[in-house]
Amino acid sequence: MPGYNDPSFDTLALHAGATPDPTTGARAVPIHLTTSFVFESSDHAAALFNLERAGHVYSRISNPTNAVLEQRVAALEGGIGAIATASGQAALHLSIATLMGAGSHIVASTALYGGSHNLLHYTLSRFGIETTFVKPNDIDAWRAAVRPNTKLFFGETVGNPGLDVLDIPTLSHIAHEAGVPLLVDSTLTSPYLMKPFDHGADLVYHSATKFLSGHGTVIGGIVVDGGSFDWEKSGKFPELTQSYEGFHNMVFSEESTVGAFLLRARREGLRDFGACMSPHSAWLILQGIETLPLRMERHMSNTEKVVQFLASHPMVSRVGHPLIESHPSRALAEKLLRFGARGAGSVFSFDIAGSRAQGRAFIEALKLFSHLANVGDCRSLVIHPASTTHFRMSDDALQSAGIGPGTIRLSIGLEDPDDLIEDLKRALKAAEKAAS
Amino acid sequence: MYLTLTDSNAQPYQAYAYTGGKAFDAQKPTVVFIHGVLNDHSVWILQTRYLAHHGFNVLAVDLPGHCKSGGDAPASVEEAAQFVAQLLDAAGVQKAALVGHSWGSLIALETASQLKERITHLALVGTAFPMKVSPMLLDASLNDPSKAIEMINVFSRATLSAPPSALGPGTWVYGAARALNRRVLASNPKVNVFHRGFKACDDYANGLNALNAVTCPVLFLLGQQDQMTTPKAAQSLIDAAKAQGKNFSVVKVPMGHHQMNESPEETLAALKQFLT
Repeated sequence: MPGYNDPSFDTLALHAGATPDPTTGARAVPIHLTTSFVFESSDHAAALFNLERAGHVYSRISNPTNAVLEQRVAALEGGIGAIATASGQAALHLSIATLMGAGSHIVASTALYGGSHNLLHYTLSRFGIETTFVKPNDIDAWRAAVRPNTKLFFGETVGNPGLDVLDIPTLSHIAHEAGVPLLVDSTLTSPYLMKPFDHGADLVYHSATKFLSGHGTVIGGIVVDGGSFDWEKSGKFPELTQSYEGFHNMVFSEESTVGAFLLRARREGLRDFGACMSPHSAWLILQGIETLPLRMERHMSNTEKVVQFLASHPMVSRVGHPLIESHPSRALAEKLLRFGARGAGSVFSFDIAGSRAQGRAFIEALKLFSHLANVGDCRSLVIHPASTTHFRMSDDALQSAGIGPGTIRLSIGLEDPDDLIEDLKRALKAAEKAAS
Repeated sequence: MYLTLTDSNAQPYQAYAYTGGKAFDAQKPTVVFIHGVLNDHSVWILQTRYLAHHGFNVLAVDLPGHCKSGGDAPASVEEAAQFVAQLLDAAGVQKAALVGHSWGSLIALETASQLKERITHLALVGTAFPMKVSPMLLDASLNDPSKAIEMINVFSRATLSAPPSALGPGTWVYGAARALNRRVLASNPKVNVFHRGFKACDDYANGLNALNAVTCPVLFLLGQQDQMTTPKAAQSLIDAAKAQGKNFSVVKVPMGHHQMNESPEETLAALKQFLT
C-alpha cells in the first residue's frame, strides 16, 4: 500500500501482520490449526531446516496465525520481531534460557509477580542461575549487585502490585555499562501505556493472558526483541556470538546483526523446551489486541474513579496507585508513562484499616468483583496477595514487594464505574461490621 | 570471513564478508552481494545462505566503515567499486557475479564496468539512474538522522504483513530495518555513513557510461511498489541496455524497496534463475 504514513498505534493494533487471506479472501486472521506444513520438495525441506528459506515447518517452531500475533505485538512495541509462548512464564523462561546457563547471574527487582519470583529464586537456582533481588528504586543497589557473571537486569514496568514504576532509562544505562541487556515484564502497562524500548529496554515480554487478550479466556505469553542490544560488543554472550553446534554451527550474531536473540530463542528455545503457543490461543489474543486501545482507555477512566473513591473512604488506610500524589513512583509515572500517573494501569493495591478478618469479610462481601488469581480481565477482579499469588514469599520479601498482610489487590475492569464503586462501598461496610 | 585490504593511504584494514554459513571455496562460482545505504550483509541472509548451500561461494560484504568492516566509508560509487575489486583480488577470485541493492546496485554496476570480463553476471536490485536523493532527505540524513531513518522506512515498505523473512516467521520487517539502520549508523563514530552513502548515490553520474562498458548479462530486479527507487527511475538504464543490445532481463516483484525481506522467495527465485 504505497503512500502510507508511519502507522499509528490504533492502526497497527488492527492491521500489523495481517492482510486478507490470499487464498480464501477471509478478512479476519484465519486459525491455522495444523501441526505441520507440506514441503514443496526435498530441497525445500532441507532449505527450511537450514534457514536458507523462510517459512513454516512445524507449529512448535512457528505457525502462520502465531506469526501474525508476533508481528503485531512487535509492531506495537516498536521491536524487530517476537516469539509467542505458552504463557508469560514461558516467555520469561525462554528469554533467560536463551541468554545464559549454569553459573550465570541475574539482577532483578524485588517488585515482581510472585510466579516470576518463584522461577528466579527457587527454580533457576536449582539449575545454577542465581538472582540478586534489589528494590526497584534503589539505583545504587542495582549497580552494586553486578557481578562478572551477571547476564541480565530484570524488572516490571510497574511492579505488581505496589505499582513501583521501573526507572528504565537509568537502569538500562547501568545494565549497558555492565554489558548486559535489560528485560522488562510489561504486562501491567501493555504497549498502549508504555513502550519500554523507547526508554532503553532491550527485551520486553508480556503475559498476554492479561490486557493483550483482555477477556480472561486464554493463557499466553510473548517476548519481543528491540534489536538494540549489541551482543558482540558486550562480549558476554557466546550463546549468540559463537558457532553453535546445536544448530548447524550457526553464529547467530553473524546471521543477523540485530536479531541474534530471536534466532536462537526460536531455533533452540522453542524447539527444545517446546513451550509454544496454540494457534487458537494466538487468535484469541489477536481478537483482544484489536480493541486494546479502546479497552485501556476505559480501564484507566474506571481506575481513576475507583482510586478517588477508595482514597476518601475512612476504612482505607492506603491506596497504592501513582494517581495518589504521595505515591513513591508518582514522578516516574509522570515521566515515563504515556498518560502519566493516569496510565499506571488498572491493577493496584490498597490496605483496609482493620484486621485480617476484616479483609476476608471485605472480599467475601463483593458481588461484582470476582475473587480469583488473574489480572487484566475485562471483568473486575480482587485477590489477597499474601495468601495467594505471593504466598511463597517470606514476610521480608513481601515487605520488600510492598505487600502487607491486609493488602488487597484490585484489577479494575470495564463495568460501569458507579456499579463498581457501589460494590466496593457495600464490601467496605461489611468489613467495618466485621470489626465488632 | 575477514580479508585484509588497504585503504587509500595504503593502511591495512579488515573487511568482512559473510559466506552464507559455508567455508569459502575459491573453486566454486562466486557471487558478491553489496548492500545499500545504512544496511549491511545481513539484509541478504536468506538469498546468500541458500546459494552458499547450492553450489556457490557467496561474499556478502559489509562495505568499509560499516558494521564489521574497518576502513574508511566510501565517499563515492567509484571508491566503493575499487573496494569490491580489491576484495576479489584478496579473496583470489578471478571471476564473480555481482548482486547489488540500491546504492549497492550502483557500486555493482560501476565495478562491472571496470572489471569487464571478470564479472559474469550483474543483478541490479532496487536500482535507479540517476539515483537522486531528495534535498530534504539528504539534509535530514546529515542533521536529523533519526528522523531520516523513520522517513526511509516509511518510503521503503510496501506492506504491514510481510511473509516470513530473514529472522523467520514473526519478524516485523519494518522494525528490523529501523534497528539495523540505527546499528549501522552507530557502528561508525567517525563518519555519518547515512549522509555519505546518500551523497554518493546522489552524485553518481557515470551510470549510462558504466552500463555501456558492462560485458555480462544484466538483471533488473525491481519492486513494483518501490517508492525509494521506483521502477520508472530504472527505465533509463533499461532503455540504455536495450539500445546497446545488452543481454538483459527485467523481473518485478510485488513489493517495495526491500525486495530481499519483503519478497524473499521471489527475489531468490529471480536470482537463482539468473545465476544458473
